[in-house]
Amino acid sequence: MRAWSLIRFYTILVYIFMFAPIAVVMVLAFNSSQFGGFPIEGFSLRWFYRLAENEAIMRALKTSLGLGLLTAVISTTIGILAALALVRYQFRGKDFITTLLISPVLVPETVLAVGLLIFLRWLHMPRSFLLLLLGHSIIALPFVVLVVQARLVGIKKEYEEAARSLGANPLQTFLGVTLPLLAPAVFAGAIFAFTISFDNITATLFWRPSGMETVPTQIFGMLRNSVSPEINALGFVMIVITVGVPLLAGGAARYFARKRT
Amino acid sequence: MADADAALDRRPWFLLAPALLAIAFLVIVPMSFILVYSFYENVDLAVDKVAFQFSNWQALFHDSYYRVAIWKTLRLSVIVTMLAAVLGYIPAYFIAMTTFRHRWLLLLLLILPFWVSFIIRTMSWIHILGNEGALNGILMWLGLIQAPLQMMYQEGTVIIGFLHVFLPYMILNVYVSLEGIDRNLEPAARTLGATPWQAFREVTLPLSMPGLAAGCLLVFVLTGGSYVTPLILGGPRDFLFGNLIHDAVVSELNWPMGATLSFTLLVLLGLVVVAYSRVMGLNQLSKAFR
Repeated sequence: MRAWSLIRFYTILVYIFMFAPIAVVMVLAFNSSQFGGFPIEGFSLRWFYRLAENEAIMRALKTSLGLGLLTAVISTTIGILAALALVRYQFRGKDFITTLLISPVLVPETVLAVGLLIFLRWLHMPRSFLLLLLGHSIIALPFVVLVVQARLVGIKKEYEEAARSLGANPLQTFLGVTLPLLAPAVFAGAIFAFTISFDNITATLFWRPSGMETVPTQIFGMLRNSVSPEINALGFVMIVITVGVPLLAGGAARYFARKRT
Repeated sequence: MADADAALDRRPWFLLAPALLAIAFLVIVPMSFILVYSFYENVDLAVDKVAFQFSNWQALFHDSYYRVAIWKTLRLSVIVTMLAAVLGYIPAYFIAMTTFRHRWLLLLLLILPFWVSFIIRTMSWIHILGNEGALNGILMWLGLIQAPLQMMYQEGTVIIGFLHVFLPYMILNVYVSLEGIDRNLEPAARTLGATPWQAFREVTLPLSMPGLAAGCLLVFVLTGGSYVTPLILGGPRDFLFGNLIHDAVVSELNWPMGATLSFTLLVLLGLVVVAYSRVMGLNQLSKAFR
């Protein structure tokens, strides 16, 4: 099968294309050189210390974390309710409602950003953290709905019906049966929403009030000059957070699931 | 519950209410509002007057600057989409068909880039293609070139940046539809006398079209609506329609013009989405999440 080995070789090349640049950033974060690029002069952790001392970056990190967490709470809450309705009930106009719910993805983000900005300005609401929060939540909502919906399909309705027939009231059923079964879906949706918010720059550049920076906009501002080594270190930290946390969470979930059975 | 009762059941609507309200107030109304605002008149920086006049739209249609931007955006989106299809189809095919034991790892690696910051991924190309970048370093070390090649801040760099960020969308969508194909079909075609290439072209490729089309739509629309990548990786002449919007709203504070441009972009990309959903339906798009 010569064709097949060509396909495999090609696939490896594409994977290299996707990961080599990321790997380079992670390696350069430990470069002792005072420039952000090659050549590598030696191993050093000093850019991580420098990063921790950089107040602007630390402030941006706090803003981003807060924004991401709140976005996750809001979009997961309303997203799960909507996903429940879509999975559990039959009603007229379901396709239309689904399209409506994923509409924030269908609208180009730039346009969504300008629309919301101008509309809220017209309501005399200037650029603010609240605008960022509302905006990020609406951008994350479709993804939460899709992810949660996909998980919900696998949860059988019979468990709830059994609880009800054994005398639990609807609230007890929800808290005691549905919610624990839902937990992985909630978690998946929340992590997705957090990452979308934490990573967003396209809309954030429109919505942020002057003086407020999130991590991506902070990096964007710093890139105007040149790639400083601190950005590499920051990149390393961000990759560890956004890749490491979901991977560990997924791994832990799998581990406990196996233990239970 | 009987179907007759289903229509009367109000519970789903209570569950849907918060999401629908949010969509209505934060998406639908603002989208209509930018159309209204495009008729307003810009008086000064960040000052505008309620009006119903067409100067913004006239500027859009008469100023060749905007036409050039639309043309550039269309061209770049087509290039990126086609390259992504070519680059993405084969790995998707490999992942779907391989008997490799650790296929889950390949899939995980495919999803991983979604978790890595867009700005870091875009920026990383400066380390690869810059004057002091890895590629120049390797070429000089090999003695192939004497002085660093100028590879940054041009259209090619922007295309690479877009491909790098959007390729996983393409691979994932193609993979999902390849995965759904009955594995016996290709061998069946072979027994009937088709060559491997014929079997692929006549059976597998047509059956994977929905995924390929969904991937192409996503890449096209995402590229067409971007403006950050050209700012980081492109030169002064590499701007997209989104950059004009960003300039109008953030730098020039000309909100009515920003609204006009935004509405134009919405309609242009909206036409693409509508054309696609007429042919393929929107269901395929959500399949990648299952």
